[in-house]
Amino acid sequence: MEARRVMARLPLPVADLAREFGPHLNREPAGGWHATGDPDRIVPTHCCFCGQQCGIQLKVKDERIVGFEPWEAFPFNRGKLCPKGVKRYMQDEHPDRLLTPLMRDETRGFVPIDWESALDRTAREIQRIQGAYGRDAFAVLTGASLTNEKAYLMGKFARVAARTANIDYNGRLCMVSAAAASKKILGIDRSANPWSDIPKASVVLVAGANIAECAPITTDYLWQARENGAKLIVLDPRMTPIARTADLFIPVRSGGDIGVFYGMLHVMIQRGWINREFIDAHTTGWDALQAIVERYTPEHAASIARVPASMIVRAAEMWGPAETSFLLHARGIEHHSKGVENCMAAINLVVATGRIGREGCGYAMITGQGNGQGAREQGQKCDQLPGARDLENPAHREHIAGVWGVDESTIPHTGLSAVPLLEAIHDGRIKGLLLLCFNPVVSLPDGDFIREALSRLEFFAVIDFFMSETARYADLVLPGSLMEEDEGTTTNVEGRVIRHRQVVKPPAGAREDWRIICDLAARLGAGDKFAYQSAQEIFEELRVASKGGVADYAGITWDRIDRELGVFWPCPSIDHPGTPRLYEGWRFGHPDGKAHFQPADWRPAAEEPDADFPIVLTTGRVVSQYLSGTQTRRIGALVDQYPQPRCEIHPRLAASLGITDGDFVRVESRRGAVVVRAQVVKTIRPDTVFLPYHWPLDRSANNCTIRAIDPISKIPEFKICAVRVSKAEEPTGEIAGLEPEAGGIR
Amino acid sequence: MSELAFFIDYSRCIGCQACVQACGECDTHRGRSLIHLETIERRDSVQTAPQVCMHCEDPICAQVCPADAIKQTPDGVVQSSLKPRCIGCSNCVLACPFGVPKYESDPDQMMKCDMCYDRTSTGRRPMCATVCPSGALAFTSIEDIMRTRQGRAINEWRFGDQPVRTKVHVLVPTEITHVDVGLIPLSSLRRGSAPADPYDVAALLEDR
Repeated sequence: MEARRVMARLPLPVADLAREFGPHLNREPAGGWHATGDPDRIVPTHCCFCGQQCGIQLKVKDERIVGFEPWEAFPFNRGKLCPKGVKRYMQDEHPDRLLTPLMRDETRGFVPIDWESALDRTAREIQRIQGAYGRDAFAVLTGASLTNEKAYLMGKFARVAARTANIDYNGRLCMVSAAAASKKILGIDRSANPWSDIPKASVVLVAGANIAECAPITTDYLWQARENGAKLIVLDPRMTPIARTADLFIPVRSGGDIGVFYGMLHVMIQRGWINREFIDAHTTGWDALQAIVERYTPEHAASIARVPASMIVRAAEMWGPAETSFLLHARGIEHHSKGVENCMAAINLVVATGRIGREGCGYAMITGQGNGQGAREQGQKCDQLPGARDLENPAHREHIAGVWGVDESTIPHTGLSAVPLLEAIHDGRIKGLLLLCFNPVVSLPDGDFIREALSRLEFFAVIDFFMSETARYADLVLPGSLMEEDEGTTTNVEGRVIRHRQVVKPPAGAREDWRIICDLAARLGAGDKFAYQSAQEIFEELRVASKGGVADYAGITWDRIDRELGVFWPCPSIDHPGTPRLYEGWRFGHPDGKAHFQPADWRPAAEEPDADFPIVLTTGRVVSQYLSGTQTRRIGALVDQYPQPRCEIHPRLAASLGITDGDFVRVESRRGAVVVRAQVVKTIRPDTVFLPYHWPLDRSANNCTIRAIDPISKIPEFKICAVRVSKAEEPTGEIAGLEPEAGGIR
Repeated sequence: MSELAFFIDYSRCIGCQACVQACGECDTHRGRSLIHLETIERRDSVQTAPQVCMHCEDPICAQVCPADAIKQTPDGVVQSSLKPRCIGCSNCVLACPFGVPKYESDPDQMMKCDMCYDRTSTGRRPMCATVCPSGALAFTSIEDIMRTRQGRAINEWRFGDQPVRTKVHVLVPTEITHVDVGLIPLSSLRRGSAPADPYDVAALLEDR
């Protein structure tokens, strides 16, 4: 049933598309394992997978990337890598690489066309749709794995060339809750501290972050803190590898985190473990927060968190009286329809103690995507202009209009964020879409709805280097560039701006993404505004555009990045050293210089379990896969490590459902279902099951997840929905028979 | 500073397999990973443990080799079998107390971790210990380990009555001076005598 809906609007059956375009697995480097001879050059650059942006060196022989060498001089990771970093070079010289523009053909699937025709047609369709339905009927969706230069370019393309309000990006699935909370309380959307502060803290609290799998390099920072005597507190519905040996592991139910945070604060207030002097001098809003927190006795807090009250008291006893502390959070508390409130409740714990803005004291959000930090500052969000400026602020609009050489009135106002944008496609308000670096068919919630929406577009163009599951729905697919085939900067999890080098040129037939966008802009009559000759020219304009903004890159140059191994923003001038640690001297980012406590009561998830769907489903990543898997499901070694999604289920729940380890199980919500194998483990709450989300089709966890979003950040609620789980027969049929990396099952 | 040495801290391991993937990138056996990463019992715990060759001072694998195919370098690194000598009998596979050597049917010989001799002999660190993101594997000086880690680095083992000294050190609690791997009497494994399961989340939730 699901299978038929999925396939309905594709030009060919899924199996045919998978046969032609993959995902296939690359298992050997260019030239084979036993190629001899030294590489021609070894290029220091960065891993493209995840927001840590580890330094790595790629080996090049005969203009092909043939291997890697650790880059021990780069200070963030000092040579350390996770398996994705080690094998990332296997996406180069890949058999699935797109090497020509492709046009949808109803009988043959996709057929090659030349670049000029492809670009002409794209521009023509944009103009046709905008002429017929209005400018905002054409939308742009982009990604947070793009360089700063490309993120900047995409925002400018939407506002200046396409002149549509509707541009948003897949950072909407990632960092927006943390960003909004940080901005509301501290005034700046960035991790407050460099990672070098973590080992200097005497207590570390990690909330909703499976660091071992999603940010593996951060593990060493945590372990080093513990070697130095720090206590580690971990909140997670699953006993993750860092939770296993934590001093205190709190197996909170998904969505119950505010119970723990407020319960801790309640105890801290009672026992005098808050910094009254700091609160009086450097914050606002304490009384309103305290009025709410008073109700959160450990017992009440425990009823929300669904953990013993003693754990919450113990957490307060560890966190409260400490001299130094560090709090980290990630998607586990952010992917909720109250994601912003969860993050604010966490940050309140930091601000109430005044332990911020000095060595060993601080707070960080762990960015998930490659440029999760930088790509949300350069103006590709639906409500934002470069420099993390506000699209509705008249002064901000004037500044950017000046940089772009356009009249302020021509810059569109706030458009739709990612999920409402897909809903607008579904209900026909948006008719055309240009998409780059985003695979919503796998990564957005309520997968059937998303697939249906994409099949209703009048025109859909995708820029990608592989035929993603989303690109299969496109009318035109334009072959773009891998990170190592282009150059530019990203901003890592710490706010450190770093440089990706062009290690090799794109293969013949593919083009750097920024050139494709500039060519399109020219066809839309905006060529003079997109006359860049290099990515560095885009960065030079970005510097000017960001000048005076919160995310100020004005003093950062590519040369400085090379010399200093990265520069932390804000960096307002060439002679400014950059800002590794924010809020020193307790100067916060708001105009009044204070931190602003934000009160918010706990509320339930959009969909809590009930009699029909009695189990909590939560979703996340595995260490060997990245996001929707467009890249990592094509790398043999990474697929071998974890070939197909498994449903983690506690033996107690499994027994009650007659399920044993390895059985096929059907996980079903009101929206859709997956059939996967069960992995029976004691390391998960018995009221919760877990699915990793990297796979497509009948293996896509997002078939089940709910299309509910946070009212402020618009992040989808990936971390909790209601499901039922039952033992299933071994799936058969076309999709089940695909390779696991393509959505099949074994 | 003394010479660099190899250290394992099992408690740090997060099971990410960066070591497994990187081992296969080592030039002497590229495309073939030789490190072991043990998943202890996934049903009960996420605990994992990496196992490189411990490079015994008096290697048992070499002692039992009927073909004299396993050689030690002057600096104490025990090499994979010599291809012209190895007869593929797997005596070494059975004898190694750490379970390290693997018989590889292609190319029909025993292969194992050689501490990335191509790298360590030219001043670079082994692949696995360079990339390991948790610090479970480290290639550094004993001074650096003593400065940055709790516990004690030891390299003395007893397997029953057999003492073994290894080039590779492991980190253990300070009170431990050597690892004693004795036989476990079956009587100690009687049902019902097992301690409470520390990694069962359901049990944690019931804890008052």
